[in-house]
Amino acid sequence: MANVVVNPTRMELTRLKKKLVTASRGHKLLKDKRDELMRQFLDLARENMELRLKVEAGIKAANTNFVIAKAGMSEQTLHTALMAPKQEVKLEVSDRNVMSVDIPVFNYRTKSADESDIYSYGFAFTSGDLDDAVKSLSDILPDMLKLAEIEKSCQLLAAEIEKTRRRVNALEHVIIPETKEGIKYISMKLDENERSTQVRLMKVKDMMLEDAHHYKEHRFEHANS
Amino acid sequence: MYRIAVLGDYDSIYGFATLGLETFPVSDPEDGAAMLRRLAEGAYGVIYITEALAAGLEKEISRYKTGITPAIIVIPGVSGNTGAGVSGVKKSVEQAVGSDILFSGN
Repeated sequence: MANVVVNPTRMELTRLKKKLVTASRGHKLLKDKRDELMRQFLDLARENMELRLKVEAGIKAANTNFVIAKAGMSEQTLHTALMAPKQEVKLEVSDRNVMSVDIPVFNYRTKSADESDIYSYGFAFTSGDLDDAVKSLSDILPDMLKLAEIEKSCQLLAAEIEKTRRRVNALEHVIIPETKEGIKYISMKLDENERSTQVRLMKVKDMMLEDAHHYKEHRFEHANS
Repeated sequence: MYRIAVLGDYDSIYGFATLGLETFPVSDPEDGAAMLRRLAEGAYGVIYITEALAAGLEKEISRYKTGITPAIIVIPGVSGNTGAGVSGVKKSVEQAVGSDILFSGN
């Protein structure tokens, strides 16, 4: 505080008091925002971790299946089989507002309504393992999209929480104490000024009375007589 | 209307093509960076990227963290799971809370 210069005036005092009220109110609101964000975030983060483990396990299994499928047939056949995909996924993105943070909501639509319509090849030249592999991958697709939605939400919420936390701390430990200190300094200074004015007035009054009545001389005469 | 992209080495991602996701096989990080930028600026809502490729593109990926789209999601590739995805989740918990209070045990 010592290095911040404040004008010790009444106007500045009013300004600082208003600032303190605003800062305290902002601090309370931001703290509430942080708490609510944190509550939502922790739920989301748990879900995120669960989904991620599930999806990673699923992809691992699917990859194993693909390796097996690849081993059972020639590379050219595999490439040809997967060259022209039948299915198409369209994604609709809307957003949801959580404590003024926009988080995404993904809705996906497949081109053909039948979800099992994923085999882009005739069954004559490919092995059954490939069917299994494609199926296993297709089974985890909904979870993968859910994971995308939740993981993105988590990232956005985490960034917002960090920002809010910094603001709360800045208000709590810097702005509010500084303003309080300023108010204290100004009111002390103003009180001091008032006291010195008072004293000066008393002194002037004494001097004027002395001029009018010559108390001192009288006292002197009394003492002598 | 958005589409979904999968980015990574060919062996890890060719299966996704059958599901209707668009696959973009790249092998080295430089091509990956250019491709990622192109995809992120195109109409792709979700970009799945293999861990191996994502490891070299952290800077590029972090650029797209603030917007709603694209969601860039790390997935394990055919060469195995490096744990990058899980550590990403942990990292966001750490960023929000200050320390990892949820998954520090495992």
